[in-house]
Amino acid sequence: MSAMLEVKDLVVSYGKIKAVKGISFSVEQGEVVTLIGTNGAGKTTTLRTISGLLRPSSGSIMFDGRDLTKVPAHEIVQLGLAHSPEGRRIFPKMTVEENLMLGAFARHDKGIRDDLAAAFELFPILKERRSQPAGTFSGGEQQMLAMGRAMMSRPKMLMLDEPSMGLSPIMMKRIMTTVTTLQEQGTTILLVEQNAQAALKRATKGYVLEVGSIVLSGSGRELLDSDDVRKAYLGED
Amino acid sequence: MEFAQQLVNGLTLGSLYALIAVGYTVVYGIIQLINFAHGEIFMIGAFGALSTWLLFFDGQTSIWVLPVMIVGAVACSVLVAVLMERIAYRPLRKAPRLAPLITAIGISVFLQELVRIGYNDPTLFLSDWNPFGFPSAAQKVPFPQIDHISNEFWNVGGVIIQRSTVFTIGALLICAAGLFYFVSRTKTGRAMQAVSQDPDTARLMGINVDRIIVVAFVIGATLAAIAGVAQGLQVTNINFKMGFLAGLKAFTAAVLGGIGNVWGAVLGGLTLGLVEAMAVGFIPGTFGGSPWKDVWAFAILIIVLVFRPQGLLGAKVVDRA
Repeated sequence: MSAMLEVKDLVVSYGKIKAVKGISFSVEQGEVVTLIGTNGAGKTTTLRTISGLLRPSSGSIMFDGRDLTKVPAHEIVQLGLAHSPEGRRIFPKMTVEENLMLGAFARHDKGIRDDLAAAFELFPILKERRSQPAGTFSGGEQQMLAMGRAMMSRPKMLMLDEPSMGLSPIMMKRIMTTVTTLQEQGTTILLVEQNAQAALKRATKGYVLEVGSIVLSGSGRELLDSDDVRKAYLGED
Repeated sequence: MEFAQQLVNGLTLGSLYALIAVGYTVVYGIIQLINFAHGEIFMIGAFGALSTWLLFFDGQTSIWVLPVMIVGAVACSVLVAVLMERIAYRPLRKAPRLAPLITAIGISVFLQELVRIGYNDPTLFLSDWNPFGFPSAAQKVPFPQIDHISNEFWNVGGVIIQRSTVFTIGALLICAAGLFYFVSRTKTGRAMQAVSQDPDTARLMGINVDRIIVVAFVIGATLAAIAGVAQGLQVTNINFKMGFLAGLKAFTAAVLGGIGNVWGAVLGGLTLGLVEAMAVGFIPGTFGGSPWKDVWAFAILIIVLVFRPQGLLGAKVVDRA
């Protein structure tokens, strides 16, 4: 079976500085794959390059048989790849419902209303507050909105960048449970997290990034049990 | 009585400013560019209306000519605005901000000179070849007189209300209502809001940002063209320089209301028009009267920039790096 997403020898630079130094990884259909690593490891840069906001200096990104490095950012979501960005980036002056509907901007089918109902079912708080401006929300609520918005494109694969960042432990758990729910519903997920424990527990596969290179990879379980990972990311000695 | 008259004058002038100011503000809201050539889009609208009349209705004065002139005005303004964005601004999208700003000033001068030299000589190379019989735009050109509008007025208890005044204020009302509907109710309008709040995330939603930028230029040009027709009807003549001062005033109005905010542009335009009219009517002595109106208009700009740089309706400006 060929991978849904296949990243090969990806190099991304900001001017002279290489933020991503030739990484390769793949995501198979139905998997939850996680990229973990400290700040500045190149995780967000990798996701932004996959979704077309940044262009690589070399390497390829094959998604569902197409090379994304040549596709404009606004067309990538139509191919079935949604990106819930770091910092949530909801549209603060628009209502919850308007935000969600923008998630379905590229779609023209008749299922949008059903998916809106599905998003409300996934996050009932969004339904309660559907007419409120999203900028007034707490971090956790904004994260739910960002995930709901990404799901509104009915993606084959969802990329989540630091969904638990800055959230309370309860909210973090809620968000991570939702990741599992989405996987069970058939969405393939690429998850970037600093909370390595929570991410690896759910991941079928994980990659550890350090200053732009993959230093370790394996199944979620293997990485959780690895001494290196435990020392560096799980705060154990 | 004097007050009521100045109120009418101020609202008329303000409506004109507001129609132009919207163009500054929508473009700024999307790409943070002060499009200094926007005043020329207004001027080209007026000339577009005149050209339509000269080509198809020369001598006609009946009122059904007016809608066609408006269509001609909008077509010319939109065409020039879209070309300007495509040729001059788009290649500079990633350049430092000063580059498109200086380009805008350059385009402004370019368009003025193009109309001045080329209006009655479209080839520019074969002098005296004037296939359409257009007059020279180097001096004032009379704008067509339209039945029931030009030179007609109502006298409401001593207050003179020109018919062209009603046209101008009515145009603002209709455009503002249309704009409200477009921005808040249509899919493209919502996409426009999204791009102005967060362009990168808008792209992740599948919004083609380049297309939305063109839409912003088209909206601005449409309203400016209508303002150009209104100005022609009111002043009864047009010239190649008319966009300069009107553009600056409209820019002031946009800043006054809070640049980037469409309703701010409308409010700012009306406020500025009223301030000018009231200053002309009621400031006594040396500083009063129409010679000083531009001074008061720009004094307002400076005061706003010093004390409330975000404008009347603007949120605190967060400068994007």
